[in-house]
Amino acid sequence: MSSEAPVCHEIETDILVIGGGTAGPMAAIKAKERNPALRVVLLEKANVKRSGAISMGMDGLNNAVVPGYATPEQYVKEITIANDGIVDQKPVMAYATRSFEMIQYLDGLGIKFDKDRTGEYNVRKVHHMGTYVLPMPEGHNVKKILYRQLRRLQVNITNRFMATRLLNGPDGRIAGAVACNTRTGEFLTVRAKAVILCCGAAGRLGLPSSGYLFGTYENPTNCGDGYAMAYHAGAELANLECFQINPLIKDYNGPACAYVTGPFGGFTANAKGARFIECDYWSGQMMLEFWRELQSGNGPVFLKVDHLAPETIGEIERILHTNERPSRGRFHARRGTDYRTTQVEMHISEIGFCGGHSASGVFVDEHARSTVPGLYVAGDMANVAHNYMLGAFVNGAYAGEDAALYCESTDLPKIDAGFIAEEQRRVLAPTKREDGLTPYQLEYKTRRMVNDYLQPPKVTRKMEIAQQRFAEIREDLDLMVARDPHELLRANEVRSILDCADMAAHASLFRTESRWGLYHLRTDFPATDDTDWFCHTVLFKGPDGRMTSKKRPIAPYIVEIPEAERAAYSRLRVAAE
Amino acid sequence: MPLANQATGVPVSVDPETCIAHKGCRVCVDVCPLDVLAIDAEKGVAFMKYDECWYCLPCEADCPTGAISVSIPYLLR
Repeated sequence: MSSEAPVCHEIETDILVIGGGTAGPMAAIKAKERNPALRVVLLEKANVKRSGAISMGMDGLNNAVVPGYATPEQYVKEITIANDGIVDQKPVMAYATRSFEMIQYLDGLGIKFDKDRTGEYNVRKVHHMGTYVLPMPEGHNVKKILYRQLRRLQVNITNRFMATRLLNGPDGRIAGAVACNTRTGEFLTVRAKAVILCCGAAGRLGLPSSGYLFGTYENPTNCGDGYAMAYHAGAELANLECFQINPLIKDYNGPACAYVTGPFGGFTANAKGARFIECDYWSGQMMLEFWRELQSGNGPVFLKVDHLAPETIGEIERILHTNERPSRGRFHARRGTDYRTTQVEMHISEIGFCGGHSASGVFVDEHARSTVPGLYVAGDMANVAHNYMLGAFVNGAYAGEDAALYCESTDLPKIDAGFIAEEQRRVLAPTKREDGLTPYQLEYKTRRMVNDYLQPPKVTRKMEIAQQRFAEIREDLDLMVARDPHELLRANEVRSILDCADMAAHASLFRTESRWGLYHLRTDFPATDDTDWFCHTVLFKGPDGRMTSKKRPIAPYIVEIPEAERAAYSRLRVAAE
Repeated sequence: MPLANQATGVPVSVDPETCIAHKGCRVCVDVCPLDVLAIDAEKGVAFMKYDECWYCLPCEADCPTGAISVSIPYLLR
């Protein structure tokens, strides 16, 4: 790439939303609905039309709180128990109380949900205790509908710019972001009164067992940029040791999906075709039983649907092969896997961070506010446990509306020209080299070390070795070479991945107990220790610039959890006869 | 360290007969989340430039002429 001075643009806005997947578009939509005069910029690394976790739609809502099926109180109770009690209930309650209104709003936009003949929502039971799963057999067009609404409300959509750092004002509050174009290498400085980060999960942390870097469970664009940016801007990140690990179709590495097949009578079985878990809802405890079965003489594990009627299987295929991960069908076809006659071999995913499925992420309150004034966070990267797609919509809405209010009483903070110049130098450094190490090599090595040393069961000494290896790779960043803007995009992503790897090791070492089933299973601290560790852990950049962790008390519950129900998710294994 | 160029088989195929990139179409390039598709200026046809595919299918689904077919990357098949 050229050695000339970089091309730089600067724009001003009221609200900058970073990430155009699920939460981001809804944040932008709700900010504009609250105040149409606001300037809202939606910055996206890919193209909003097809970006994020729901690029090809979604096959259902996993956490619909629909009157007649569940109350917000029941939902808060279930999520608290499923996460071993480590949740602030207020944001979960805020989600639950708006869940139904959001379903109706999405329905009004034209997104289709499963209804019975009377027009009522057809909610199904998958969770251990309550009933929360609402299928979307025609959910393939979610992004198209969101996009239409963004255009209608005149949100300024800026595609193919990757934000690399947030800007802080002189008093620490948020002041905007610096971004780099993924096709031209041009820089964009966005000055903003409020920033809403919606960059999704950290899905390129562990290496899939296939070894293919982009064969991840998450959309691989979601590589942890949001976590890294929040960290460097001074935000606190909660419970990152509570990894995301999911049960997936082996090799294909996408969901099978038990949430879809469960209500039809499908279930997770061992090699003998027998059930071994009471419930297919994804929790750390469920994953622990899944992992144990994989290791056992009864392994491996399969999704079993071959006992169902052909008409039922046809319906399952129609949903699974047109939504969310539609290439499932061609994967099965090539291997001759037919749901009618063959069980689907399952495996566990690589590790990642994802509040959508676990209890980790940037710490936020019930308004989606992070600990940095003016910085909001929603979706998979926010710490609202198990919030899934509908949680991304609801919490995105809260973020957009609260940010709109915040803008009324704030001016554009000053920005630091020196910081921006230094950021441009940092980002462009790989383009100034003729040879060296490629982003691919640095990413592969980082993620291979993540697998070798951080994948549960976690062992103290192994995690310390991981930290040494990550420090060595960090030095190697000075040798990284990018020959075009696309490689520069990957180079920037490697830095996020390495930051997340360091955070995963640091957070895991801090919590000296085991919790959340497989997600934080420490062989040398095997017991759950409620006396010392019934708390959040928060990770942040300390005053000395080093990664630091501390405990944060759990806010008093607003929904009491009876003693007898607290262990409900610890009894997921089917009892021996 | 010096760099090498290593060939690899990629999962996205484009039918040159039906691709209308030469008429200015950029749909597949626009929608790919991983930004791995590009246009071969000489041939006027889209192609997969980087082996970084999530086999997610927007390129295939949104192509106006059905010129694209995505297979599962070999390492995963």
